[in-house]
Amino acid sequence: MLGAYLPILVMFLIAVFIAAFVIIVSSLLGPRRSTVRKLAPYESGMEPIGPAIRRIPVKFYVVAMLFIVFDIEVVFFYPYALVFRDLAGPGLVAMGVFFLVLVVGFVYEWKKGALKWE
Amino acid sequence: MTLVIQLIFGLVAALIIGAAMMVVLVRNVIHAALWLIACFFGVGALYLLLQAEFLAVVQVLIYVGAISILILFAIMLTRQVTGEGVRQLVGGWRLWLTVAISALLFAVVIVPTVASQQWNVPPPLGPEGAPEPLAGPAELGRGFVSEFLLQFEVAGVLLTVALIGAIVVAYEERARRRRVLTLAEEHELRKRAAASDQPAGD
Repeated sequence: MLGAYLPILVMFLIAVFIAAFVIIVSSLLGPRRSTVRKLAPYESGMEPIGPAIRRIPVKFYVVAMLFIVFDIEVVFFYPYALVFRDLAGPGLVAMGVFFLVLVVGFVYEWKKGALKWE
Repeated sequence: MTLVIQLIFGLVAALIIGAAMMVVLVRNVIHAALWLIACFFGVGALYLLLQAEFLAVVQVLIYVGAISILILFAIMLTRQVTGEGVRQLVGGWRLWLTVAISALLFAVVIVPTVASQQWNVPPPLGPEGAPEPLAGPAELGRGFVSEFLLQFEVAGVLLTVALIGAIVVAYEERARRRRVLTLAEEHELRKRAAASDQPAGD
């Protein structure tokens, strides 16, 4: 049964190989004649101001949080989608209640303007 | 075939342990988060080896795809990222004392667990009335809307609470501030309108 996942393993190994190959070969073969200009973060650009890593607004975090919630919700739908024909009415009602509870949260989010990017 | 699987398990276990070690060893918190993603991938592969395909996919989808993004964003919200100039526990007898205490505590937990473990456990059976051992995503979907209906709906409520909680925490403060700003702007506008009306009236 695990044989079905062999292509994924092969793809993973190829990806690792390509990444390592490119980095190693370019570090071995690439010419390194560094000057002051070349070592600047932006060649012929502005002088960088402040640190490269700075704090970001909280709205990114909110978007990530909302993404996780809906991601998990969708994960609950996947197994149901495989058997929803066999489960028919009662299954639909059970899933409908689950969905309705989440729609309440979604409406709150929408009304609150959390989906707007300002 | 078994040997190949043992080999793959060894590689995956090495990946998990190595990545987990790097998480606690690197100084830069962002690098630690990236190593954590590698660790999550390893755990996903481990689920695959246990023939829990659905869990493996969910692990990649949620942990690798979403939780790691959340962790990265959380790190970018903080001030101290690179950890430069932070005093760390380096060498000396303090380090070895820490290692010894940690190993002792770990042994206290793991030795009785391993010693009293039955390794050949038959696959768990579902509750009374379940037609066959619970296995596979189709069985999981059937379980969600029959035996585990209550847990399933409670999970839905939990997700909604998380959703609303995130919005409340992030937006209450901002909404209050915006209202104040709007009032101030309104005041400013009214003042300006009155000032512009005055010369027009004269």
